[in-house]
Amino acid sequence: MTDQPPAARPLDPPRLVTGGPLLRASGLRKCYGSIVAVAAVDLEIYPGETVGIVGESGSGKSTVLRLLNLEEPADAGDYRLAVPEGAGGNLFTLDRYHRRMLRVQRIGIVYQQPHLGLRMNATSGGNVAERLIMAGERRFAALRAAARGSLAVSEFPAERVDDPPAQLSGGMQQRVQLAKAIALRPALLLLDEPTTGLDVSIQALVLDTLLRLRREQPIATLIVSHDLGVIRTLADRVLVMRAGRVVEHGLTDQVLEDPQHPYTQQLVHARL
Amino acid sequence: MSLADLAHPRYDYSYGFLDEHARRELRRRILKAIAIPGYQVPYASRELPIARGWGTGGLQATLSVAGPHDTIKVIDQGADDSVNAANLRRFIARMTGVATTTDTTLATIIQSRHRVPEERLRERQLLVLQVPDPEPLRHVQPDSSKAREMHAEADYAQMWLSLYEQLVRFGRFVQGASYPVVVHGRYLMSPSPIPRWDTPTLHQAAHLTILAAGREKRLYAVPPYTEVRPIEFDDVFFQVERMAGRVCAVSGARHKFMDELPVAGGGSLFRISDTGYLEKLVRAARGEPVTIGPTYYDAVGRFYQPGVLHEPDAVPPEGGTGHD
Ligand SMILES: Nc1ncnc2c1ncn2[C@@H]1O[C@H](COP(=O)(O)OP(=O)(O)OP(=O)(O)O)[C@@H](O)[C@H]1O
Ligand SMILES: [Mg+2]
Repeated sequence: MTDQPPAARPLDPPRLVTGGPLLRASGLRKCYGSIVAVAAVDLEIYPGETVGIVGESGSGKSTVLRLLNLEEPADAGDYRLAVPEGAGGNLFTLDRYHRRMLRVQRIGIVYQQPHLGLRMNATSGGNVAERLIMAGERRFAALRAAARGSLAVSEFPAERVDDPPAQLSGGMQQRVQLAKAIALRPALLLLDEPTTGLDVSIQALVLDTLLRLRREQPIATLIVSHDLGVIRTLADRVLVMRAGRVVEHGLTDQVLEDPQHPYTQQLVHARL
Repeated sequence: MSLADLAHPRYDYSYGFLDEHARRELRRRILKAIAIPGYQVPYASRELPIARGWGTGGLQATLSVAGPHDTIKVIDQGADDSVNAANLRRFIARMTGVATTTDTTLATIIQSRHRVPEERLRERQLLVLQVPDPEPLRHVQPDSSKAREMHAEADYAQMWLSLYEQLVRFGRFVQGASYPVVVHGRYLMSPSPIPRWDTPTLHQAAHLTILAAGREKRLYAVPPYTEVRPIEFDDVFFQVERMAGRVCAVSGARHKFMDELPVAGGGSLFRISDTGYLEKLVRAARGEPVTIGPTYYDAVGRFYQPGVLHEPDAVPPEGGTGHD
């Protein structure tokens, strides 16, 4: 992260999907006791693509994200990432050590509740630096520079780098999470309701940051949101979840303009 | 023939106080600890006629390895004559018949709390350090079963995060005693509450060090000639306490670890903390024949192994001290 992010060209040529997907998950299933949180979810994300998940509360969106972040073991399913650490196998079979290394190097996550992703009493810079420490960086100056750089990318005010998240507003906490998530330029970025719970004006600012990031660093991103506006702004494709299943999926515009499944129709109309 | 003739003669205690099972178990644990440098081996800490927390871990290690031909030195914060050290020494001598000494160079076993002697330990000497808390991860992970998982995975990033935080907040590493070290490039280890001054003495040491915690029921070891590195950054280094400018009021010596003694009317004096060493310096000054061994730090404060310690007061690069 010490090098400058490449300047965005105003008119990127359309990215042709030539290779295979970066992420391929099929048959994801997760139960908590008798509750089936995720029944059967299939999902593919191509490099640089942003995929949204919408659905009512309790439909299993966050659980999908936790599974993809390898935080919890799945009850069933196959999950592959096209990265060297993945070794072409099902990531659910990785041992703890390799799972941790893969998560550090390749997956960034932003949680809806900042305390899940941050050490609230360490400095904001330290929270970001920890990612690099985990990846083996042992130079203080480099950690400092990378933490500053990454926080700047997420448009975090430079003068607050040494303040702990506990003293920051919700919007700024989300920026620290984002800086931490992208500090090592992950292959996959998972965003769980990154703007929910923020003031509307702050929401818009965080959304702007995410849009800019998407332009400058095309990372394969999965974003969960209640807010169809957020999904419309960010996502190329969208999955609609209900009761642990994907009931509809397609291009964002298509799904949101012309929903086919009655549940999606309800969801979209409730918004309008 | 009576039953009494067939049975063992009756002993009030077995040799070295511990019964044979306890001794064998402890020795096995110690061997395991030596085989896995820096790894905390659980053991069944026995009852002793001394309360837990007063050096029972070190005492058990000493009792389990001492033999009648050993010579033992016991120190508490550098001093041979503190009540605690004297009690332990008397107990060990009574239970094992070992000779006792205050001279580091003559001892085969040195049991210590909070200090390593100033004179360099040699091959075949054994240093037993009493440990109050064996877990170096305690302040980043209070749950000890989680801490054990972190050890298993060598997941020590949080320790460097805490170094980072110390530099950002205070401009330097603020951890004093018990400065964490990485042993043999693998396990993070607490060297017991020895000052930072003593930490480098464990690195590539000629002697064996056994560290034992009686209350926490864990022991670990640093075999001879093993890498022991304090945690630090590649560009901001671990440093020992500054002894430059301190002169021992008793011997006039410099560049040894000094205790600071308040004097009446304010102000303070310094005195070498290693009393066995100080006593020899004093006797040598009086012209008595004493052998003083080579020390870890020489008369101008240089550590005996070059390249282990970095020059003091190296300025942390970049904005590390942005908050002063
Ligand atoms: N750790 C857990 N233990 C037990 N049940 C859980 C756990 N996590 C989630 N669940 C249950 O699984 C179901 C799916 O939860 P999940 O959090 O994935 O939904 P969601 O779509 O993210 O909802 P929301 O929009 O409210 O965040 C819910 O019924 C929830 O109660
Ligand atoms: Mg959720």
